[in-house]
Amino acid sequence: MKKLGNFVRDNSVPIMFIIICAICIPLSGFSPAYLINEIITRLGRNAFLILSLLIPIMAGMGLNFGMTLGAMAAEIALIFVADWQIWGIPGVVLAMIVSIPISVLLGWLCGTILNRAKGREMVTSYIISYFINGCYQLVVLYMMGPIIPIKHSTIKLPRGYGIRNTVSLLNMRQVLDNAWAIRIQGVKIPVLTLVIIAIMCLIIVWFRRTKLGQDMRAVGQDMEVARSAGIAVERTRILSIIISTVLAGFGMVIYLQNMGNISTYSAHSQIGMFCIAALLVGGASVDKASIGNVFLGVILFHLMFIVAPKAGAVITGDSMIGEYFRVFVSYAVITVALIMYETKKRNQKSNAARQLELDQKAEEAAK
Amino acid sequence: MNNEKAPLLEMKNIKKDFFGNQVLMDINLTLHEGEVLGLVGENGAGKSTLMKILFGMDEIRDTGGYGGDVLLNGQKVVFNSPFDALAAGLGMVHQEFSLIPGFSAAENILLNREPTKKSVVSEVFGERMNVLNRKKLTNDARAAIDKMGVKIDDKMIISEMPVGHKQFTEIARELSNDKLKLLILDEPTAVLTEKEAVALLDSIKGMASRGIAVIFITHRLHEIMEVCDRVVVMRDGHVVQDVAAKETTIPEVTRWMVGRSVDNTAAAKKVAVEDGKDKEIVMSIRKLWVDMPGETVRNVNLDIRKGEILGIGGLAGQGKLGIPNGIMGLYEAGGEVTFMGKKIPLNSPRKCLDAELAFVSEDRRGVGLLLDESLGWNVAFPAMQIKNKFLKKYLGGLVSWRDEAAIKEVTEYYIDLLQIKCTGPQQKARELSGGNQQKICLAKSFALEPQFLFVSEPTRGIDVGAKALVLEALRKFNHDSGVTVVMISSELEELRMTCDRIAIVSGGKIAGILPASSTSEEFGELMVSMVK
Repeated sequence: MKKLGNFVRDNSVPIMFIIICAICIPLSGFSPAYLINEIITRLGRNAFLILSLLIPIMAGMGLNFGMTLGAMAAEIALIFVADWQIWGIPGVVLAMIVSIPISVLLGWLCGTILNRAKGREMVTSYIISYFINGCYQLVVLYMMGPIIPIKHSTIKLPRGYGIRNTVSLLNMRQVLDNAWAIRIQGVKIPVLTLVIIAIMCLIIVWFRRTKLGQDMRAVGQDMEVARSAGIAVERTRILSIIISTVLAGFGMVIYLQNMGNISTYSAHSQIGMFCIAALLVGGASVDKASIGNVFLGVILFHLMFIVAPKAGAVITGDSMIGEYFRVFVSYAVITVALIMYETKKRNQKSNAARQLELDQKAEEAAK
Repeated sequence: MNNEKAPLLEMKNIKKDFFGNQVLMDINLTLHEGEVLGLVGENGAGKSTLMKILFGMDEIRDTGGYGGDVLLNGQKVVFNSPFDALAAGLGMVHQEFSLIPGFSAAENILLNREPTKKSVVSEVFGERMNVLNRKKLTNDARAAIDKMGVKIDDKMIISEMPVGHKQFTEIARELSNDKLKLLILDEPTAVLTEKEAVALLDSIKGMASRGIAVIFITHRLHEIMEVCDRVVVMRDGHVVQDVAAKETTIPEVTRWMVGRSVDNTAAAKKVAVEDGKDKEIVMSIRKLWVDMPGETVRNVNLDIRKGEILGIGGLAGQGKLGIPNGIMGLYEAGGEVTFMGKKIPLNSPRKCLDAELAFVSEDRRGVGLLLDESLGWNVAFPAMQIKNKFLKKYLGGLVSWRDEAAIKEVTEYYIDLLQIKCTGPQQKARELSGGNQQKICLAKSFALEPQFLFVSEPTRGIDVGAKALVLEALRKFNHDSGVTVVMISSELEELRMTCDRIAIVSGGKIAGILPASSTSEEFGELMVSMVK
């Protein structure tokens, strides 16, 4: 009974979402085939992005709101590739390659700043993402054209410089998803995308077993102990952010090829928040996350988004409730996760005091 | 021993001062292979500093290095960092654990020395991409555990281990270094149970028989007698005795440790315990426990008499600091505290202050002072907050303003009384020296005009002249205003000079209360009586 209680407490967020989904699914009236189709699409679209969050958590740096930096790097890379008119799978691969140096640079910058803000990584990376968003807009809105050559007028603003609000990726839309795709009873399965995600999962499992992975876990648990054992703490932390940023860049390329266009000025703005919320819905916490959390999180979080608007419309007659719900729930989940993390830490501390009290009582009873 | 060979370790004329404050003077120490040396001394005797010098800690270099030579196998060595010392075959187990909580014992034993396997990826990206060789890691860790001779589970996660096993994990970590020639154990048995301590002593004997020299620092003298070949007693930065363990006894070592020359006792206040028996009890403490990390208090019962100065002494980490910190609500505590017939609610600093208790914390930078504010503010702030002093009331009490003139006056009074070296009440607290900051802390609580004052480590880190002044000020305050004072200090001499009665804390409990005129030996015995 106590075990069950602990299980419920440790997994309260996923359980809550399972209940919400269980109520909303019948209300929404969607067919199972439709739901499965939607979920698999979104799994392919988002899983890679969320996987990029795992490594900084391992290194004790919390939820990396700075993954937005990788997303911006990917957008810049895709704008170039679109301008060079390289389409299809080569375009996707080239975009990934072009995004790497930009991601590494931004990740290094972010990691260096975070090393000066130890213990406040999350709020710092959140603010850094806004700052870099400003730099990104400067580059995309003013420098692309006059300084950075952009040939094609289809992606340039009519005034002659700067990038349009939307850049079409029609010629590489879902190229990864459609390659090797199979259909089972009307459900499209994007095999190649899923294979890429599976390979990424294997890489993460392998990475945990490397020396660097071990060092990151050590740094994540106790920086001072790791330092006294001779581990280069600062360098390890920077590496974890760089890796995360590069992976987020790859993830964003996969995400955007699925969408088929880039909303130049807004595609990245909420991506960090939604990914983090999905990971937390999957049962992760600030200091602990697994690959299982990623998949459970994507499924539950997006299942709710698919069914909630329809269910909301059925109940209230207003379909706008769905979008409202999406933003509301994301922030709520992140807030709850942060509160739970702090409460857990405080409980552990007062448990030590309780233990002392009990010991004393036991000692007296023994007398 | 094999005298023809150069000794394993030789320390010659080691001197060390912290900004003019001499803490080590002409220390000479030799150690041969396979020898176990017991190092004893009161807190502040210089044991830790000496070991830090030997280990090349940053702290020593940052404070101006040291004088004298360290010789290893007859060759002069200078360690620039603990890693150099490790590479030369030195190992040290510190009092505080240095373990990763979520790792297994094996992972901790080989932390950052994990055996790895090369792979294609690591050829490209460098050695850190090598995969760990788990099998070898387990085997190496087990080998180190076997060497130690105490059985611990190499797969157990540190955070789930009993404290004793954490200690053994640390020791195994040092033993896993194949080059290990000298192991320093800094109070390793402090956290062990009786049985574990016996196992550790056996393990030390085993190491010695394999040729590893051990420096064993402990307060448990019977352990020294059991395993050590030689005992070195330190006091006030000197080595006062260096004898074979066989040729001495525990009472003798205790006397060397604590005892200044016996005639010094005359300086102690001549007050018999009986003198105050008829006096009213102002505070009674029952079944107090305090969860202060490193200073845990368990089941303390204590009565404090009105108008006395009660000293609380004891070795570091035994819980003497936990008592005031717990009562004043700075750390989580339980039990019952009655003050002047009323119960004091625990875990609520404000209620304590309202009951006219005051506390001068040992952590003067963290708890004691507003470092970036003026001295006047520092002195008057608590009195303003708690007693509405130094305030001028306007509009029938609706608005109250600071009474700057009164603040200036009271600050100047205390600056004069305590001879605080400063430019005036406007100077920032941060700019004062440690001793003068301490005096400001005292002035602050004097200005509160409390009924009862806790003073924790009032002379820590201040020079001799300032010490005498601070103690004199305390005595004067007690005498003139009739305030009951409880003074907590690691320095027994200072307690004996100032207090009427002295309670000695050992193992988180009150080991006994003695009049200040008791001999050093009596105090010494109490100090080590219940050490955990």
